[in-house]
Amino acid sequence: MTDRWAAGVIPYAEMGYWEPDYEPKPSDILCAFRITPQPGVPPEEAGAAVAGESSTATWTVVWTDRLTDHEHYQAKCYRVDPVPGQEGQFIAYIAYDIDLFEEGSIANLTSSIIGNVFGFKALKALRLEDMRIPPHYTKTFQGPAHGIVMEREYLNKYGRPLLGATTKPKLGLSARNYGRVVYEALRGGLDFTKDDENINSQPFMRWHDRYLHCMEAVNRAQAETGEIKGHYLNVTAATMEDMYERAQFAKELGTVIVMIDLTVGYTAIQSMAKWARANGLILHLHRAGHGTYTRQKNHGVSFRVIAKWMRLAGVDHIHAGTVVGKLEGDPNMIAGYYDTLRLNKVAPDPLKGLYFEQDWASMPGCMPVASGGIHAGQMHQLLHYLGEDVVLQFGGGTIGHPMGIAAGAAANRVALEAMIKARNEGRDYMREGEDILKAAAKHCRELDVALATWGDITFNYASTDTPDVVETPTSI
Amino acid sequence: MRITQGTFSYLPDFTDEEIAQQAQYAIDNGWPLSVEFTDDPHPRNNYWDMWGLPMFDLTDAAGVLYEVNECRKAYPNHYIKLNAYDARYGRQTTALSFLVNRPEVEPGFRLERQEGPGRVVRFTTYPYALDKPKGDRYGS
Repeated sequence: MTDRWAAGVIPYAEMGYWEPDYEPKPSDILCAFRITPQPGVPPEEAGAAVAGESSTATWTVVWTDRLTDHEHYQAKCYRVDPVPGQEGQFIAYIAYDIDLFEEGSIANLTSSIIGNVFGFKALKALRLEDMRIPPHYTKTFQGPAHGIVMEREYLNKYGRPLLGATTKPKLGLSARNYGRVVYEALRGGLDFTKDDENINSQPFMRWHDRYLHCMEAVNRAQAETGEIKGHYLNVTAATMEDMYERAQFAKELGTVIVMIDLTVGYTAIQSMAKWARANGLILHLHRAGHGTYTRQKNHGVSFRVIAKWMRLAGVDHIHAGTVVGKLEGDPNMIAGYYDTLRLNKVAPDPLKGLYFEQDWASMPGCMPVASGGIHAGQMHQLLHYLGEDVVLQFGGGTIGHPMGIAAGAAANRVALEAMIKARNEGRDYMREGEDILKAAAKHCRELDVALATWGDITFNYASTDTPDVVETPTSI
Repeated sequence: MRITQGTFSYLPDFTDEEIAQQAQYAIDNGWPLSVEFTDDPHPRNNYWDMWGLPMFDLTDAAGVLYEVNECRKAYPNHYIKLNAYDARYGRQTTALSFLVNRPEVEPGFRLERQEGPGRVVRFTTYPYALDKPKGDRYGS
């Protein structure tokens, strides 16, 4: 054994960052990293290096460590397992003492856990697969501004998924034309419409004008149906000052919900969550940009970790995949994201990519949003895979209806209600799904036309991000 | 117009048998049912009148249907809804809620606009029926 305090470079594993006998404390933050060490680097040393570089270590021994209770502050890699079927990859389990992190700060948490370490040369690639956030730390975060239960009571909508649509085309509509899409979709039967992530305040439509026209549309639709309706007004902007200004105006116009994009950053998200709770508005988060670091399985951050951070940060809605739509999503992985967002206690489940138990300690659930290439003909599959506490967003599947936008909205609503009714009556709705939809279409021409237009559209491509356990079903 | 509050307003009105099937689903989930009625269907009217207390100990859908029909007899021209409540930890909220009765004529809502500065319009949703006192709003 090298002298721990001799000046120079010694292996991380010998500096105390590899402790195979360590038993994690209930208050520790735990991480599962997928590591791909450079040739010649033993996996334990690579795991120890990740623990070191994401906590106290630098590349060489420093005597100033001895001015601290350094063992307390050192992260400890306590287990390294080879990944089944992926040569050269390992899962390294690392424990961090809760003292390493500032209370209630996603920025601080992530600056440690995914800070310098992701560029570390001794690793070819590194991926944060999962985290266990202990209740001790969870309780220092606000959590969702309202949560699933409060959102349902606020909207007075129970017993079924909520329905939404993103206004299309994403870019170019004037405020007046844009509001028309919102009005038609809401009066036709949707609960929500949505600004797209890149609709902020461009030359073709400034935010102030968009808000006025959208709220006219929302109120008209509300009066015509007797239901509460909402449009996610995107308040994403260049500065916090701009975002607060837009959110304040949205509130004054009486909207029930505003939205932000993931691109605004963790601190801005936490600020808007605080604002949303104080001002009584539901906060929707569009996960713009996440695919740049969540999709490839050997490097980046898994979306289940992003989902955890966002529930802590305090958003009420977050896009989390559709299984059957046009965007990436293995059914088991998506089930893991949805469990992470909605349940109070989540058990570890390798098939769902869940490495740890997660106890949310009564923090309200966050409503997952399914969006991208879904349509009424998939209603049985959507209900089966995604459950009831979800917003199903049919953008093209509403606006592209040959009879018009309101007809597209009505088709989706009828399909949904018919499927919920059948499920509650005890029918095997997954197997009989098409028959249930066809029967409902007999009293709803809008649904009949929707099924004729999109009934056989599917997106069956193999998923990129799949769990590495024995079997990996990637399509349905 | 047809008010579309509730879980199943886009489907044809349920028969008694269909109502009983939904009630049975709720009972099987351990959700007590309750009947509520109103003649003020404003979307933000959270407190409809209760037709008795939630039926916590009832395990028979026929009993639920009986209460629905008693309420219909007493208030044939009111909105009546059947709610199922999930008291489990982490939920403690309504699990299912759908209309089982509507007035014969549903006049709907007037949208009032108060024009303010900067093109801002303040909207108020006003049920036409609310011009009359409670109990007289949708005929006898």
